[in-house]
Amino acid sequence: MNQEPEIVLETHAEPHTHRDDMGSKMGMWLFLFTELLLFGGMFLLYASYRYMYSAAFTAAALHLDPVVGTVNTIILLTSSLTVVIAIIALQKNQIRFSKLMLGFTFLCGIAFLVNKFFEWSTKFQHGIYPKGPALADMSNGESVFFGLYFVMTGLHGLHVIVGLIFFSFIYYFIYKEKITATNFQKFENAGLYWHLVDIIWIFLFPLFYLIH
Amino acid sequence: MDTNTEINTEHSHTSGYGLYISVWLGLVGLTVITVALAGINLAGLAVSVALAIALIKAGMVANYFMHVKFDNKVFKIFISVCIVIFLTMIILTFFDLTYRTPVK
Amino acid sequence: MSNGVIVQNPTAESFYDYKGTHSGILSWLLSTDHKRIGLMYLAAMITFFFTAMTIGFFMRLEMLAPGGAIMSAQTYNSLFTLHGVIMIFLFIIPGLPAVFGNFFLPIMLGAKDVSFPRLNLLSWYLYMIGAVLAIVSMYTAGGFIDTGWTFYVPYSLRTSSNVSLAVFAVFIIGFSSILTGLNFITTIHRMRAPGMGWFKMPLFAWGLYATAWIQVLATPIIGITLLLIILERFFGIGIFDPALGGDPLLYQHMFWIYSHPAVYIMILPAMGLVSEIIPTFSKKNIFGYGPIAMSSLAIAFVGYLVWGHHMFSSGISDTSRVIFSLLTFLVAIPSGVKIFNWVATMYKGSIDVRPPMLFVLFFIVVFSIGGLTGLVLGALNTDIHLTDTYFVVAHFHYVMFGGMGTLFFAGLHYWFPKMFGKMYNEKIAKIAGWIFIIGFNGLYFPMFLMGYLGMPRRYYDYLPQFKPYHIIATIGSWIMISGILLMFGNLISAFKRGSKAPMNPWGGTTLEWTISSPPPLENFDKIPVITKGPYDRS
Repeated sequence: MNQEPEIVLETHAEPHTHRDDMGSKMGMWLFLFTELLLFGGMFLLYASYRYMYSAAFTAAALHLDPVVGTVNTIILLTSSLTVVIAIIALQKNQIRFSKLMLGFTFLCGIAFLVNKFFEWSTKFQHGIYPKGPALADMSNGESVFFGLYFVMTGLHGLHVIVGLIFFSFIYYFIYKEKITATNFQKFENAGLYWHLVDIIWIFLFPLFYLIH
Repeated sequence: MDTNTEINTEHSHTSGYGLYISVWLGLVGLTVITVALAGINLAGLAVSVALAIALIKAGMVANYFMHVKFDNKVFKIFISVCIVIFLTMIILTFFDLTYRTPVK
Repeated sequence: MSNGVIVQNPTAESFYDYKGTHSGILSWLLSTDHKRIGLMYLAAMITFFFTAMTIGFFMRLEMLAPGGAIMSAQTYNSLFTLHGVIMIFLFIIPGLPAVFGNFFLPIMLGAKDVSFPRLNLLSWYLYMIGAVLAIVSMYTAGGFIDTGWTFYVPYSLRTSSNVSLAVFAVFIIGFSSILTGLNFITTIHRMRAPGMGWFKMPLFAWGLYATAWIQVLATPIIGITLLLIILERFFGIGIFDPALGGDPLLYQHMFWIYSHPAVYIMILPAMGLVSEIIPTFSKKNIFGYGPIAMSSLAIAFVGYLVWGHHMFSSGISDTSRVIFSLLTFLVAIPSGVKIFNWVATMYKGSIDVRPPMLFVLFFIVVFSIGGLTGLVLGALNTDIHLTDTYFVVAHFHYVMFGGMGTLFFAGLHYWFPKMFGKMYNEKIAKIAGWIFIIGFNGLYFPMFLMGYLGMPRRYYDYLPQFKPYHIIATIGSWIMISGILLMFGNLISAFKRGSKAPMNPWGGTTLEWTISSPPPLENFDKIPVITKGPYDRS
């Protein structure tokens, strides 16, 4: 614990200011843990119900399209790469390139959401939704599968949207030069959030789309 | 009254783009492998294999994209605490689920 | 004073007098000063505590006689639910961290504020919004919930009372708790004064640190669980509903995975406070600093492993019941470590039973009773008979109210001079304390006996043989409430007309006693440099 960088005290004739990049990062990581456990609770339920209804889960998963799932996985993985590149570019003072990469990351998020929208619409059209006609015909295990599917991918989608909102703010801060090559912890923090969203999907994907 | 400016701006070293592109290639590769393996009937092992690969991918995202490998040790400790707590929740719950005797 | 620190300017302008960009009520509602935020929590919390206490008063009035007396069964169900929800989510869980943690953690660490002052203010607003939503839920769409504070499925999915809004209120309050925990962990890692290594910080900070980890890691689980209840009620998703294939026991698992660690959120900061008060009023260095600090972390960790003891008769597997029972016994060990070290601190000390110390001594007695009865409940064979009886009600009131509640009063009496700059009448404080503790035992001890004899909890009707116990308990409640009213009357009177408090009325050694009462805006003129342990009197 002694290795944590010290906060340096300097006196100036200015009002009290306080910048602690490591503390800011720490706060963000702690927030990420709460997100991890929020989804963790859902994963616990998934694991429990998969144990109880393994055959039904396999049957229900046939309704999901692994191609869309794989494409979405690649999209998110790529967006994680591009946000990292955007941050490094900023540190190298390549502001335009950084903004470009950030914009690309944003578009990846949009693409993911568009895919999700079509996925869900298709399900709804087939009557697959809570209290929907198709679900009423399915067994208990299958209906629990879809309950978990909608809640988990829905919650995940909401977090993608939040991530995009964060990125909008970051873009604005870069534009206003409140984030610079020497002051970019906010950007890193937004990136951390995005990577977590990616990690959650890395687990969601095989558990829902690849049960055979 | 003294006024203070308290500053910490320390960041760990910056790697070049190459490292991250390599990580990305690895992640895409592992995704391809996961999908391919899903087509093979591995019966009981299927879940474990899928989860193992997912864990490796998550570890790569955390260590490199999220920079944990290069950051102060305290973050690695924090993450370990979080994971341990989560695992205990799952393990103890499964002591219930796996040992229930059905009512006759 | 402590650490050879130069005593800070005793006539500095206090934080109350500071004139910032806002004036009047806005200078409070928009303040990011940790001290003002702590006091805003205090004001709200006292209001909620008295509300829930009044509800308890009416519950006990109803229970004077079997059958309906002054209310219907439905009303009684809503009242005990409301009593539990308010006490647990608006008083005990936020409790010491929100009030005394906010006010004193930065000062005790030698800092000017917490790491994230604006997040701190947001925590308070989330707490208040949650409280308002809970009140609104009482008067809308079916009225206040009647499910008990545990919201068990399937009843919580079926009842027409306003479960969704009430549960959403708790969800919001949970966020308040999470953000406070996040703030405190970062503050403790990052804002300690130069020279204050981890093992030189006060034990109250260790208590807050261990608590903060529970707040951050456990609260999201109840967050998602409550969200699922709302989604089930609105969309019929079927994750917990047995009619749709759900498992109600999984709800209970998820609920208690948070709610058991939550009780350690309640007690760990309070135990940290005991480690402050005992050295001060024994005029002696703490015995076993290291073990006490580590025991806080140990309790926090083991606390995650025992939740199943709330589910012994619910239908979980025998294997898991045995495992949970064994783990439950384990958690008594680190608590025992603390008690041993506290007693060792007092041994050969110069003990001064001022009001804070009196409350701590009460705590040690009632918490021990509560803790020992926890062992009775932790053993499977006895639990089967005692679960869902008044024995459990007595147990948790002894540990939660006798534990955290008594120590909340202790904290008020310890830090009152520092927070408000006034001294209170110590004689009246001690009398009030005695009346409180006598009434407390009169109220709750009969419940052990009743429960043992079979009186179920959450029942508003009962068999005639329980009547004498109920009467004693109700009379006990009147005595206890009188003690509490006298206590607060004394403090309010001191707030208005008390004599000026010195910088260090108790002879404490931690940093808050080196600054003026009340503290100045930024706490310290010069950030102190720490060279000694927090209780070192050499």
